[in-house]
Amino acid sequence: MADGTGVLIIGDSSGGELASTTAELLAAGQKVASELGEELSVALLGDTLDAAAQQAIAHGAQKVYAVNHPLLAEYQIDLYLAALEALCKEISPQVVLIARTNEGRELGPRLAFRLGVGMAQDCLEVSVDASEKRLLANRPVYGGNAIAVVSCDQTPQIAAIRPKAYEPAEADPSRQGEVVSFPVDLNASQARTTVVDTVMEAAEGVKLEDARIVVSGGRGLGGPEPFAHLEELAKIVGGTVGASRAAVDSGWVPSSYQVGLTGKTITPDLYITVAISGASQHMAGCSGAKVIVAINKDAGANIFKEARYGVVGDWESVLPALTAAIRELTQA
Amino acid sequence: MAVKIGVLAKQVLDPEMPMAAFRIDGDTKKVVPPPNIPPVVNGFDENAVEAALKIKDGQEATVTVISTGTAFALDVMKKPLSMGADELVLLQDDAFQNTIDSFLTAQLLAAAIRKLGGFDLIICGRQASDWDNAQVPLGVAEILGMACISLGKKVDVQDGKVRVERIIPDGYEVVEAPLPALVTVSNELGQPRYPTLRGIMAATRKKPTIWSAADLGLDASDSAPRITLRDLFVPVSDQECEIIEGEDAADSGRLLALKLREDKII
Repeated sequence: MADGTGVLIIGDSSGGELASTTAELLAAGQKVASELGEELSVALLGDTLDAAAQQAIAHGAQKVYAVNHPLLAEYQIDLYLAALEALCKEISPQVVLIARTNEGRELGPRLAFRLGVGMAQDCLEVSVDASEKRLLANRPVYGGNAIAVVSCDQTPQIAAIRPKAYEPAEADPSRQGEVVSFPVDLNASQARTTVVDTVMEAAEGVKLEDARIVVSGGRGLGGPEPFAHLEELAKIVGGTVGASRAAVDSGWVPSSYQVGLTGKTITPDLYITVAISGASQHMAGCSGAKVIVAINKDAGANIFKEARYGVVGDWESVLPALTAAIRELTQA
Repeated sequence: MAVKIGVLAKQVLDPEMPMAAFRIDGDTKKVVPPPNIPPVVNGFDENAVEAALKIKDGQEATVTVISTGTAFALDVMKKPLSMGADELVLLQDDAFQNTIDSFLTAQLLAAAIRKLGGFDLIICGRQASDWDNAQVPLGVAEILGMACISLGKKVDVQDGKVRVERIIPDGYEVVEAPLPALVTVSNELGQPRYPTLRGIMAATRKKPTIWSAADLGLDASDSAPRITLRDLFVPVSDQECEIIEGEDAADSGRLLALKLREDKII
């Protein structure tokens, strides 16, 4: 079993800029690399990587592997996998970190299988076992009801980190680092899937993931119409509307509204939940909110164990009063 | 020609069980199955069965459900048959205990798929509600060298191709791949159909194929675990909730607004 060297972060530079999820990985990676006494590097895939490479260095990467190829201009799973497989085989990293984004959640496991190793999916935290110098990954399991601490038995040890689990590493433009070009041999015929159309259906206004205030509705709303009340409150406070999976599954709002384990991970300053019971699968997507407010008629609902402020009552009475009062207070 | 569809399904503890019933044995690092709450077919896997049956609704197709485990509740695992699947293959052996290790599980399932002669299309749930690994289907695709599309909400087969509406953060994209391919699906696919009485009757008569480790002829040299479970615990929340109580519900709403303003949150 080769031990490998270095901590490699699989970066994201789609759109030419370093993604915030990569800056988050750099925060996680800096700690792991220093505890292991290893170098921290970032792999960037694309066709114009110069700006993102410098940003990665400013955020703490000691080395950037620039995998430049015209076929990597857009994300395509088979081509990205082929490039990453070649890179990992060449440089034999000890640890590989990837963000559990839509792309990372499929790239990570498939890369691990290709390399014949295990990987830890959707981790909240990674650390280093002081005695064995192995990576320890904390990951929620059973929908967030439990936390498993796992380690990978082979090398590289691969972990996918949940977006927003780490604060992004601070940028320091005076940092110096090396950009190494890594040529890959790719062929368009390696791509086995083709995107033939893209349909956007997100709500207008501030993106759910970026909103400072989010108002979410759940099963207890009983239908799609009440979401108009949530929209009204969100509009007054400059926020965005989200939903629990139950509301999405009932067809009341599109799936892009879903907050939770299999939906979006959000970290707003204020999260107002309306008629949401607060199952662990939902909390998995919002537990990073600074303040959670619960409006629910069931005093025993789990959401009251997670919320900072709670009102036990029917949303039909509470919400209009809350909205009217906030309007009065903020516009006075 | 009939489309040969395989569905991978897992038996899991009921994720809807009350939180109070969720218990971990610290010594074995395992979740203790609650008494009197039967296991279920993983929810996303029921979505996968539904996706397969929708294809079968529109064209000639066979649907084979494959699962691996140590102890199956047969009446639970027969649910896909009562929904309309044709065959059930259970890989059951005490040697299949390590269900946290996606690598080993994917190897088992890939071996069974090979033994069954392969499929045109394999459909799986995006992840299982116990370990939430979301890795086994991707691993099966890698081992078998199949094209793979994840997070589908609609799956169609036409002219030797699979066409998938794949969920992306702000909508969906339409992705195509030539068969054979593997697709994972999510709850956005819609409610799985209910078993009909006729389906239930037909399922009772069907006998699952049961294979052991020996039947699969697995190569023992590649059965090393990839993952070690170091610890398993229930996280504790130290959040204290301040319940805001006014004279009535509307008054509570007003007081809540004042509180948020006082705290400068709004």
